[in-house]
Amino acid sequence: MIQSTQGGAATHAPLLAIEGLTKSFGKVEVLRSVDLGVAKGEVVTVIGPSGSGKTTLLRCVNFLETYDSGSIRIDGREVGYKDAGGRVRRGERELAGIRADTGMVFQSFNLFPHLTAAENVMLGLRKVRGKSKAEARAAAEHWLSRVGLGHKADSLPGELSGGQQQRVGIARAVAMEPKILLLDEITSALDPELVGEVLEVVRSLAAEGMTMLMVTHEIAFARDASHRIVFMADGKVAAAGPPSEVLAAASHNQRLGAFLARFRASHF
Amino acid sequence: MIGQILYALPFLWHGFLITLAVSGLVVVISLVVGVALGVGLVYGPLPLRLAVRIFSDTIRGIPILVLIFFVYYGLPAIGLQLDAFAAAVLALTLFKVAQVVEYVRGAIASIPAGQAEAAKAIGLTFAARLRYVIFPQATRRFLPPFVNGVTDAVKGSALVSLLGVTDLMHAINQVIGRTYDALPLYLLGAVIYFLVNYALSSLSRRLERRYAFIRE
Ligand SMILES: Nc1ncnc2c1ncn2[C@@H]1O[C@H](COP(=O)(O)OP(=O)(O)O)[C@@H](O)[C@H]1O
Ligand SMILES: [Mg+2]
Repeated sequence: MIQSTQGGAATHAPLLAIEGLTKSFGKVEVLRSVDLGVAKGEVVTVIGPSGSGKTTLLRCVNFLETYDSGSIRIDGREVGYKDAGGRVRRGERELAGIRADTGMVFQSFNLFPHLTAAENVMLGLRKVRGKSKAEARAAAEHWLSRVGLGHKADSLPGELSGGQQQRVGIARAVAMEPKILLLDEITSALDPELVGEVLEVVRSLAAEGMTMLMVTHEIAFARDASHRIVFMADGKVAAAGPPSEVLAAASHNQRLGAFLARFRASHF
Repeated sequence: MIGQILYALPFLWHGFLITLAVSGLVVVISLVVGVALGVGLVYGPLPLRLAVRIFSDTIRGIPILVLIFFVYYGLPAIGLQLDAFAAAVLALTLFKVAQVVEYVRGAIASIPAGQAEAAKAIGLTFAARLRYVIFPQATRRFLPPFVNGVTDAVKGSALVSLLGVTDLMHAINQVIGRTYDALPLYLLGAVIYFLVNYALSSLSRRLERRYAFIRE
């Protein structure tokens, strides 16, 4: 079902265009000229060994991390810096506006503990999107129901299970109606029995055409749910393509083969 | 003994009001200034951070008594002559500001970085992140030490009697100067200070319960 859009998706000008992205922490080069495009409606999954720069890549897209050179454009607009090739950082308001259009779901949920599930979803709608309290509440209830938590709208995060918290995290991100959703190992902090309910939500968002760039260690899920898989190693894209191709490439790509083998040994 | 206490009460009442005034001024001013400087210490530009850091470390390194005498007897040398009440309030306030700055810094630092990041990710500006995400959580960490600090301020206000300000402590000493019977009056003074601070601690526990939204 998702596979059918795959051919068309890649040919259009990408919604997210990352070109020659480099990023160092001190002397450590974490991203070494990464090129990656994500078309509208496309689901791209990044896999790769720990420390290969996956998280950093996602954080750069939301400008939670500055980058040294290269460019990240969403809908043709440079993310963190004023265009013109310069390195002039955007102002606070501009950055906030760009981030509002880029949803992010975190490995550690990062729900606001002092706000109920509904209030977590409502905050951005009220203070960023300028919706009235009633509108925001209605939208929050809609999205919470969408992730199966309509009945938990008035619970505090501390009263929810990890899987429920993460689903609130997803509702909080998608309620902003972002152009693209970034998901960084969103099931890694969950007990195994809670992983399924969260992945199910992601799967249904994908089916509805949400553009997503995600990092996951759930290889089987990545294979089923994504249009393309990108394998990162040492801060570079080492392989990319349709899931079947990339996973098959394990036979002749040594790094990828080793990565997947380690994976199967420890996770399946 | 009852007779002595009844005789003393009107004098003590006036002193008690001065004690409350000193404590109240110190607490309110230091709360406003301390929170502003504390936020500056965490988020401000480097020169501001340095200035606040130096101020706080210096003040906290000086015994409060020295600070009081310095403000009252020392500042006139540079042309700043304050009356005893103002000097006492200023010195205690400086001391309390330095404490509040540290409480604020600690409270903000205790909020995981993921909170600010999640707030950024939904597009909140810096001011909105502080107002809706950071401060409500930091308040919970800030309140217990701060309310403790308020009781310290009430107790510490007794030091102003050393500059001749007729607070509760000074009033007690004056009455003793007339009656030559120290014990009942010091006992009475202790009871009054205790009652005020007991009320404050109860208030503090109530506040903490109100802000205990995080299950731990
Ligand atoms: N804030 C940081 N400061 C210094 N080094 C960092 C920081 N964040 C990540 N790194 C380093 O960057 C490399 C890539 O990290 P990350 O992007 O988290 O990889 P991945 O998500 O693929 O595991 C790692 O070597 C990590 O130690
Ligand atoms: Mg990571």
